[in-house]
Amino acid sequence: MEMVYEWFRTLYQETGINLPFLYDEYDRNRMIDGLFTTVKLSLVCLFFSIIIGVIGAWLQGSSFKWTRRFVSGYIQLFRNTPPLVQLYFFYFAIGTLLPRVENDWGGQSPIFGSFAWAAISLSFFAGAFNVEIFRSGIEAVPKSTVEAAEALGFSKLQIYRDITLPLAFRVVLPALNNNLVNLVKTTTLAYAIAVPEMLYEANQIWSDNVNVTEMMVFLLLAYFVLVGILVSGMNRWERAMKIPGYG
Amino acid sequence: MKYETDLPVMLPLERHQSEPFLGLKSKHILTVALIAIIGPCVAFAQAPSGQESPLAVLVNWAPLLLKGFIFNLIISISAMAFGTAIGAILGLGQISLIAATRHSSWFVTQFFRNAPWLVLLFFAMFLLPFEINILGFKIPFPDWLKAILGLSLPVMANVSEIVRGAVRSLPSGQWEAAESLAYTRMQTLWLIILPQCVKRMLPPWMNLYSILTMATVLASIVGVSEVMTLTGQALASEGGRPELLAPFYGFVLLLFFIYCYPIARFTVWLEKKYAVIN
Repeated sequence: MEMVYEWFRTLYQETGINLPFLYDEYDRNRMIDGLFTTVKLSLVCLFFSIIIGVIGAWLQGSSFKWTRRFVSGYIQLFRNTPPLVQLYFFYFAIGTLLPRVENDWGGQSPIFGSFAWAAISLSFFAGAFNVEIFRSGIEAVPKSTVEAAEALGFSKLQIYRDITLPLAFRVVLPALNNNLVNLVKTTTLAYAIAVPEMLYEANQIWSDNVNVTEMMVFLLLAYFVLVGILVSGMNRWERAMKIPGYG
Repeated sequence: MKYETDLPVMLPLERHQSEPFLGLKSKHILTVALIAIIGPCVAFAQAPSGQESPLAVLVNWAPLLLKGFIFNLIISISAMAFGTAIGAILGLGQISLIAATRHSSWFVTQFFRNAPWLVLLFFAMFLLPFEINILGFKIPFPDWLKAILGLSLPVMANVSEIVRGAVRSLPSGQWEAAESLAYTRMQTLWLIILPQCVKRMLPPWMNLYSILTMATVLASIVGVSEVMTLTGQALASEGGRPELLAPFYGFVLLLFFIYCYPIARFTVWLEKKYAVIN
């Protein structure tokens, strides 16, 4: 590895292409931390947004009018307002209302840090889209399948968990795929509340080294690769889960 | 699209039409919006004596914030116009018969579609010069112009995909019929294919506009003085009172909601109207 690092140092000296995160240990660690934070934030948000989507879609099928109204209100509110403003609202407005806890040094610190708020707000944002995606999948499941399950004595929850959802999930994978890619791209917003993710760390590095162009090109390529990995993984999963003869 | 069958088969996936927000009309929304702003203001009305109540402060600042919001709309409309113009060309490039054009347009589209909007905005902000020299004339490049260019990059890529998707979605019979009537490719495209595509492109295009409008607040991160920046400055000049945060950010949320929600409803209506019935 040392040789590679040295090669990039020489590259900088010879050509002026400065990639400090490849030869400087401090910058390298920052960049790796940033990458891991982005991946971690994406995974946490992916997980919770899918949970929100599944639960929301179930609630939308509820027989109570007000439950359905509440869920559709949530969807419309989160779909039609900018995610950045939502993030600010959660972090600044709600964050300051919550009680504070004592930290290790005896000082006061907020219950949730910036990472937690970014995860919460982005999960709710992506979850609003996921609810609609799951709902359209549930509607694709034929009524007679549900009736057959009812006849076999399945409870409502069991039908949703064991019959409707697995079928719906396969149908909606392409749409879900799209939304999750968007979610990964939206994690860059966490930059605004100082979550140390990739964009934030890159910003720190280009502030120290004045190499905006190189860092920018690297960032674009890095996100290109990240999204590419997600898309190819999801496509493979899509093929594996494909319902024979459908679509 | 509805298939009539009694057999227990998996039905074709229909894009779900979102339900209207509690079945409200726009006049109801306005009332709800007002309550939503005033509500938190009243809740935090226990401001120390000698200070204005949060509601009064918000009313003071509202004209400035509205001006900022109009600036947001100007950014969104210009970025949309610019992005659509280039994106349409790029989209036509994607269905070109020349392999090199097709592949390069595909690559540009995918590249800008897969990059986060914020990163592209940073890209435009930091890498464009603050002025350019053409034949001795200095053309200044202010921040907001760079923001427009930065936001139109992802719009361009998305429009390109919309155009390609719409052209692909037309049955090939249209092309073949035109060919048998001895239309040239150019004529087929302009007289037969594209006029039919406009209908199909309109709903996703409106969706994209709504997404773009919501993305204009990103410009605040790179220092354009639009509504989010102004909100921050207003809060700072009021001395950072914590009880002001919820009403102010809530106000910005509502501005966007009031603007974007009708667009979303209109898009759903258009989709229904233009739905292809087989």
